[in-house]
Amino acid sequence: MAEKYNITVRGCDLFYGDFQALKDINIDIEEHEVTAFIGPSGCGKSTFIKTFNRMNDLIEDCRITGEILIGGQNIYAKGTDVTLLRKNIGMVFQKPNPFPMSIYDNIAFAPRTFGIKKKSELDDIVESSIKQAGLWDEVKDRLRKNAMGLSGGQQQRLCIARALAADPKILLMDEPTSALDPISTGIIEDLINELKTQYTIVIVTHNMQQATRISDKTAFFLLGEIVETDVTEQLFGNPKDKRTENYITGRFG
Amino acid sequence: MSIRARYEKELKDVFNNLVLMCRHIELAIENCVKALSERNVELAKEVYAEDKLIDKMERDIEQSCLKILMMESPVAGDFREVAAALKMITDLERIGDQARDIAEITTQFGDEEYIGKLEHIPQMAVIVIQMVKDGVHAYINRDLTLARSLDKTDDKVDKLFNTVMADLTALIKKNPDSAEQAIMFMMITKYLERIGDHAVNIGEWVEYAITGQHPKT
Repeated sequence: MAEKYNITVRGCDLFYGDFQALKDINIDIEEHEVTAFIGPSGCGKSTFIKTFNRMNDLIEDCRITGEILIGGQNIYAKGTDVTLLRKNIGMVFQKPNPFPMSIYDNIAFAPRTFGIKKKSELDDIVESSIKQAGLWDEVKDRLRKNAMGLSGGQQQRLCIARALAADPKILLMDEPTSALDPISTGIIEDLINELKTQYTIVIVTHNMQQATRISDKTAFFLLGEIVETDVTEQLFGNPKDKRTENYITGRFG
Repeated sequence: MSIRARYEKELKDVFNNLVLMCRHIELAIENCVKALSERNVELAKEVYAEDKLIDKMERDIEQSCLKILMMESPVAGDFREVAAALKMITDLERIGDQARDIAEITTQFGDEEYIGKLEHIPQMAVIVIQMVKDGVHAYINRDLTLARSLDKTDDKVDKLFNTVMADLTALIKKNPDSAEQAIMFMMITKYLERIGDHAVNIGEWVEYAITGQHPKT
């Protein structure tokens, strides 16, 4: 993969069978920034972020046209190493989904998959990933315990640590705090803010305040289209499109 | 009632209270200048009470706006409307203070005959009352043209201010004994001129509420 990890999308259409889920999407996502995707349920936000790591390949009948470039390279070009692509793009989901195994094994899963066997090396990756996710002090004495015993907020940070352990360059987060209490949400938002210095971060959120707190740019999706993309302060302070204003102020529909 | 409908009701309450505050301010300016013209000390003292009421109205509207910001976290046009209201009431409250200051000076003239005929001061009062009214109406009706017109109208106020200053300077030169009263009239004129400036500020916040851009930034 390329050295740069900015995402450029041009004229992207996506179909599930006959249904067009994304229509002529164009966007530039910069490195070391947090880009938030907002919009009503079913508007295509999650579908869109899944195009970045080609997770839609797994869905039958899914067809995609247009260009998605990461660091200038078309990730849908023939010969793209999809496994490497997914290694470079970590993903965190709405519901924490730790594997039913120990905390240690959860984190070591990806490095082992990519061939790292040496214990000391794995130990280092596990420690640094968990530290980066701000979870180390809470779990360092119980790394061999089952990850399912952690609280929701801890499980979500574990999932972030697991994503980081694969040494990704881009982090995709699909409503990562929607199942968490405000304290855990605050911890993860701080974490996102720290991580953006090293990664390109894209977050889907239904929480408008979260978008204003943590994102540099925001894109508003509606019915499979991007209505407006702007610097977050601008989009929430003075949106250009009436549909954006209606949505963010709760006057939608 | 939907959450949105409740929000709009809360905002409408702010609008109504702003209109009410504006009426009291118009009355305060009108009465302080009337008290001056008619040498009516009792009427001047009524303006003190009016100012107290205006101060209370400012605090009430401020509380309503802060509550909306805290509870509803408005964004975009909604946020700008509440932010503008919060800024406007500070200017309105200052206008109330200035009317009170004029009333206070009015009570200090005693029985002495005025050094000149009051002509331009009442004219200034008429213009600034209309400016305050226009500022608040521009906000309520989202009338950008009216909001932007306030700056031009203020030029008339400034012109009258300069005329009064020239007249008073001439009076002092002619008869140094008139200096004491001249200074008092000068202060009143300055307060009226400041009221014009506050009305211009209100117009600028209305512009921000409508366009998202403050003309001075």
